[in-house]
Amino acid sequence: MTKALITVENLKTYFPIRAGVFRRAVGHVKAVDDVSFSIAKGRTLSIVGESGSGKSTVGRSILRLVPKTSGNVKFHDVDVYRLSKRELRKLRPKIQMVFQDPYSSLNPRMKVGAAIGEALIDHGLADPKEVRERVEAVLVQTGLEPYHFDRYPHEFSGGQRQRIVIARALALNPEFIVLDEPVSALDVSIQAQILNLLADLREMHGLTYLFISHDLSVVEFISDEVAVMYLGTIVEHASRDELFAHPLHPYTKALLSAVPIPDPTLKRERIVLKGDIPSPADPPRGCRFHTRCPFAEDRCREAVPELRDVGGGHRVACHLV
Amino acid sequence: MFQYIIRRLMESVPTIIGASIVIFLAFSLAPGDVITANYTGGMNLTEERKAELRELYGLNKPLPERYGLWMGHVLQGDFGQSYLYNKPVTDVIKTFVWNSFLLSATVLVLQWMLALVIGVFSAVRQYSLFDSLVTVLVFVAMSLPSFFLGLLLLKLFAVDYRIFPLGGMTSTGVDYQGLQHILDVAYHMALPVLTLTLLSIGGTTRYFRMTMLEVVRQDYIRTARAKGLKERVVIFKHALRNALLPLITLFALELPGLFAGAIITERIFNWPGIGRVTLDGLYQRDYPLMMGFTLIIAFLTILANILADVLYGVADPRVRHR
Repeated sequence: MTKALITVENLKTYFPIRAGVFRRAVGHVKAVDDVSFSIAKGRTLSIVGESGSGKSTVGRSILRLVPKTSGNVKFHDVDVYRLSKRELRKLRPKIQMVFQDPYSSLNPRMKVGAAIGEALIDHGLADPKEVRERVEAVLVQTGLEPYHFDRYPHEFSGGQRQRIVIARALALNPEFIVLDEPVSALDVSIQAQILNLLADLREMHGLTYLFISHDLSVVEFISDEVAVMYLGTIVEHASRDELFAHPLHPYTKALLSAVPIPDPTLKRERIVLKGDIPSPADPPRGCRFHTRCPFAEDRCREAVPELRDVGGGHRVACHLV
Repeated sequence: MFQYIIRRLMESVPTIIGASIVIFLAFSLAPGDVITANYTGGMNLTEERKAELRELYGLNKPLPERYGLWMGHVLQGDFGQSYLYNKPVTDVIKTFVWNSFLLSATVLVLQWMLALVIGVFSAVRQYSLFDSLVTVLVFVAMSLPSFFLGLLLLKLFAVDYRIFPLGGMTSTGVDYQGLQHILDVAYHMALPVLTLTLLSIGGTTRYFRMTMLEVVRQDYIRTARAKGLKERVVIFKHALRNALLPLITLFALELPGLFAGAIITERIFNWPGIGRVTLDGLYQRDYPLMMGFTLIIAFLTILANILADVLYGVADPRVRHR
């Protein structure tokens, strides 16, 4: 494996639950509980999982937008959490983020050009005089028109807005972009356009992505590697082809069996999970998945399965594998 | 935009007429009039004399006719004669309204500036000690009635410690000019301004805190942070600007209050403002004065509504008036 661009080691992010008169912490929501992975330069890792699995929190913790509880996040060889506020600000352009909802992630009172160009000026990456040129160039790259510079966000459709958001991230010449469900809020036809755009940009600029999604068909298109998260932990992590061809964890199997296949004659075995994801404030003992696992045994209720390599970099956390 | 303003002004004509009818009826149908108010205690007026006086003031005509006469004069800028001051109503208002304006405008500026600073700061540090403290203090200040707070400050600062004067607008017996006059007025203003600011700051602070909290949760604020902008820029440029939008309406609707005076506070501090005049006018059944003044405030309120909508269109690019 080539050298890792981003390394996450034993990352934990807990949110305190405060209650009572003095708002003391009475417990913690373990949004991310001991997650490790690394992404090599130019590659795309997808994190999939259902709502509440902590996948967005992983992305935000990497950018230090929410404080971690313990663990390490390294960009190149720099520990992101060791940086002072000023140093972190200097690093920000290199690590960018795209949020899910293109309607709320653009400031309604700022013109598109200003929103994209603002950070360029702030970080001294462009002269105030050449900002317009730079921004227009990046607008064109993301499939927009130069005259969109002077428009307000409300004048655009959802797909166009997401292009603006991507242009905004791209303008800073980042090496690494966290894409937090970037296409979930869009129509399927628009999703395809945005995914193609992201793939093209990755090739053009040698970008590295962390792609957060709950949509496996999207993930299959964009990723090199896939990590499946459940209740704050990674339960399976493998290369895309390996994971889609040979899923090992029962949860992954269940997720894959739920992906719609556009062929009504095809019969297949469905694994239907019952119940909801348990509360991350009070996760089940033993294997976190045992409450919903169709194959759970006694040892699953007692011991926590370790995430171990079963060969060829395919990591899985299950007693039964 | 220009067409929009013209249209809104035209639309407000029926509203003004409706308001004038309500105002006229409220005062005309209220029991008692200037004659019963002035000539009851001790003075024994015969019924005939009272009827004569009513005839003189035109109070015996049927209501629609009286309304027609009143409105006819109002449209020519003549609000009638104040019984109490024996002067045209417009003169009385002109004499006192600017004293009230001085007081209210000072309060408005202080109130909004302090509320902005406190509200934004407590929103940025939500659940901190400062935030909790502000929440409690603001609630206390809001809950105190003006007569209580006013009298308390008066007792403390004017009676016990004699730091500030007991009341009035200028020192008696001296005739200051220029800068000295300004300082003298400011000195007399201190306590009423403090009272009114304390009373009004609570609600505004809470508005600022609430709208800020709503905005800082938005993704574009998170984006601004992820862009690596300075926290100051994130809060003041991205968050505050958007948080101010709903407050524009609130601010514009407070503007007519600048001319309305503070009835109770002006009474307590003996401030020669329009609020005190209103109260005297009410006691003396000086209906021409009351009706004229209320109508002017109603008119200003309607204007402020239009102003709020126009300002909103200027500030929010998503709103365009045609």
